[in-house]
Amino acid sequence: MNTHEMYQTADAILDRCGREQRSVIAVLQGIQEHYRYLPRELFPYLAEQLGVSEARLYSVATFYENFSLDPKGHFVIKVCDGTACHVRKSIPILERLRSDLGLSDKKVTTDDLLFTVETVSCLGACGLAPVITVNDKVHPGMTPDKASELIKQLREELQNADNA
Amino acid sequence: MLTMLKTRADLDALRERCAAAARAEEKKILVCAGTGCVSSGSLDIFDRLREIMSEKGVDCTVELQEEPHEHAVGMKKSGCHGFCEMGPLVRIEPQGWLYTRVRLSDCEEIVERTILRGEHIERLAYQKDGTVHKEQEDIPFYKKQTRLVLEHCGHIDATSILEYLAIGGYTAFEKALFDLSPDDIIREVTESNLRGRGGGGFPAGRKWSQVQRQKEPVKYVVCNGDEGDPGAFMDRSIMEGDPHRMLEGMMIAGRACGASEGYIYVRAEYPMAVSRLQNAIAQAEACGLLGRDILGSGFDFTLHISRGAGAFVCGEGSALTASIEGKRGMPRVKPPRTVEHGLFDKPTVLNNVETYANVPLILNRGAAWYKSIGPENSPGTKAFALTGNIVNTGLIEVPMGTTLREIIFDIGGGMRDGGEFKAVQIGGPSGGCLTAEHLDMPLDFDSLKKAGAMIGSGGLVVMDQHTCMVEVARFFMNFTQNESCGKCVPCREGTRRMLEILERIVAGNGRDGDIELLLELADTITNTALCGLGKSAALPVVSTIKNFRSEYEAHIYEKRCPTGNCRKLRRISIDPKLCKGCSKCSRTCPAGAISGVLKQPFVIDPDKCIKCGACVEACPFHAIKED
Repeated sequence: MNTHEMYQTADAILDRCGREQRSVIAVLQGIQEHYRYLPRELFPYLAEQLGVSEARLYSVATFYENFSLDPKGHFVIKVCDGTACHVRKSIPILERLRSDLGLSDKKVTTDDLLFTVETVSCLGACGLAPVITVNDKVHPGMTPDKASELIKQLREELQNADNA
Repeated sequence: MLTMLKTRADLDALRERCAAAARAEEKKILVCAGTGCVSSGSLDIFDRLREIMSEKGVDCTVELQEEPHEHAVGMKKSGCHGFCEMGPLVRIEPQGWLYTRVRLSDCEEIVERTILRGEHIERLAYQKDGTVHKEQEDIPFYKKQTRLVLEHCGHIDATSILEYLAIGGYTAFEKALFDLSPDDIIREVTESNLRGRGGGGFPAGRKWSQVQRQKEPVKYVVCNGDEGDPGAFMDRSIMEGDPHRMLEGMMIAGRACGASEGYIYVRAEYPMAVSRLQNAIAQAEACGLLGRDILGSGFDFTLHISRGAGAFVCGEGSALTASIEGKRGMPRVKPPRTVEHGLFDKPTVLNNVETYANVPLILNRGAAWYKSIGPENSPGTKAFALTGNIVNTGLIEVPMGTTLREIIFDIGGGMRDGGEFKAVQIGGPSGGCLTAEHLDMPLDFDSLKKAGAMIGSGGLVVMDQHTCMVEVARFFMNFTQNESCGKCVPCREGTRRMLEILERIVAGNGRDGDIELLLELADTITNTALCGLGKSAALPVVSTIKNFRSEYEAHIYEKRCPTGNCRKLRRISIDPKLCKGCSKCSRTCPAGAISGVLKQPFVIDPDKCIKCGACVEACPFHAIKED
């Protein structure tokens, strides 16, 4: 990755959120949104700018579920396993997605960095259970078959984008 | 463009103009833009309706203007109606008709017939048992509700401060600034006996007065919008559907306690709530309802939004403030309490979204009126998220003290697919389950506590006879264990041990004494964990053991799951009378557990069988069964 570009990105986020201790989470969220993960290369710079130790950044980055130190896929699929989705059978959907993409609870991202599959405890869309989200877009009333279909669609979408 | 308001008279005049503009909109189309309906495509419906209106030359306004616009049709993106199951929802005013499951292809007809000719389209109305319910308020789901906190959700444009003003918004804040002293406000809130809607039920008035009394000059108002309980989305709907109502409540709290800064902590999983709140704050700032010397009253107040990053424990007060400060969200030992040393170590009022949304109502209509709703010790209404194996899932609001029976059977429409009511899980992972014997118990803070459950934030997950209660307990324990922050040993280690025991029980490896061990661990965790979430972590297990002990015993001693839910406890066998010996099952079996001679009955080797059920589906003669 281009280091110069990375510092520029970080600076823009730091300017927006403020270079102070209380902005740690907001800054990490900005970085995560941009890169879809937290590149460790940036930590020394961020720590210096925010006036905290690198250890403190790592303590926050590893505590919260939304942060990832490993790169995530182009499509981040979150299967809701909140109570309402669970009782309306969300696990078979998760299992199907994992088997279609060759993933497991340990390996969450495909090698080609296209798909990440993870669970989320509740998206608050319980009325439409079971739901999954793809990059924050909610797909209601899912079934394992619909999930397989969705993966196919997403692959096509990507291919069309590449061709265009 | 919003005008900057400098005095009370400016605000009153603007409100008057907005009300007049709203009255001038003779017809309104309200398209639900809550998370539920948006994901079923409501925004496309909105765009399509607009397109058709402009094609047909129907004058429509998409934004309420300060100047009335004669004979226009108002098109609005409203907040959540709560009836997510039937979405996308479209409400037509002035008739009050509700169209359900609207599709793009219906849009033309809606404009042509309903808007231009005033006709009702029966096909789109909600129908139940052959009855067509034209008006929204006539639908059984709504009829039995008392919508006070949610009164505007679905009825106004959630993204417009002018709409909120048009229906009398910010009158309570105006009163708080000019007519009432901080002591008066606190007296009124205390008198109303408003209790915290986040789960604890602590009286809000008492909390406010404790903060007000602190000598420290800098104080904060914090709103807990970290609605992390799986199965709950009341606060999300308020933040998305009526954000100004909640802001108004926070401003009043700031005025009462002498705070000039507030923070709203919203969980990361609610992106729409965040954007609606940002929009609402920007509008309030542009009007001068937030900022310095508000309306010339000398009161300064600013609001910030803090987005969570995915940690359930941040719903706990001291963890939430730590998270706003940019730290790991871990609770600390109390006392000192948040009212003394809260955010940035300053005195802090911390209430949840629904609590703040109640405040404007109390100031507008008075404590006496508020107390007349619901039981004396827990007055007011409560929003519940109704989900699970029930016909009408969605968001409801009822007076405190309403019975489960009314909620599940009258509003919820009874059990889905003809199921039989078994239990309802209330209050998520910190709550307990209630059974058929509790159906007629009034739901309020105190009676639930007595029954060994808690109201929590208000998630109601209804379960039918096919739900295994041991598995439900395992599910919640898995959740709590995952979300345990790890600071205190009882929660970090205790929940892990409890989860291990539950996992072995559902896997068929339960041992004699496991139930007793679970109860012993539960007792220790409840008494020694550091924070409220740890203390209540064992409640789902304790309450399922209390109410469904026989299910636990069947799993442990008979290695049998009475509901057939636990896959590892399934027993699959071939009925020799029905088996034709076609060998399809043995070819399907991934574990090679089925063997036999062609044209003679096959057999399953139980030691090899992984209970996947593939053979059951494969058998053309329905000879393979689970028992």
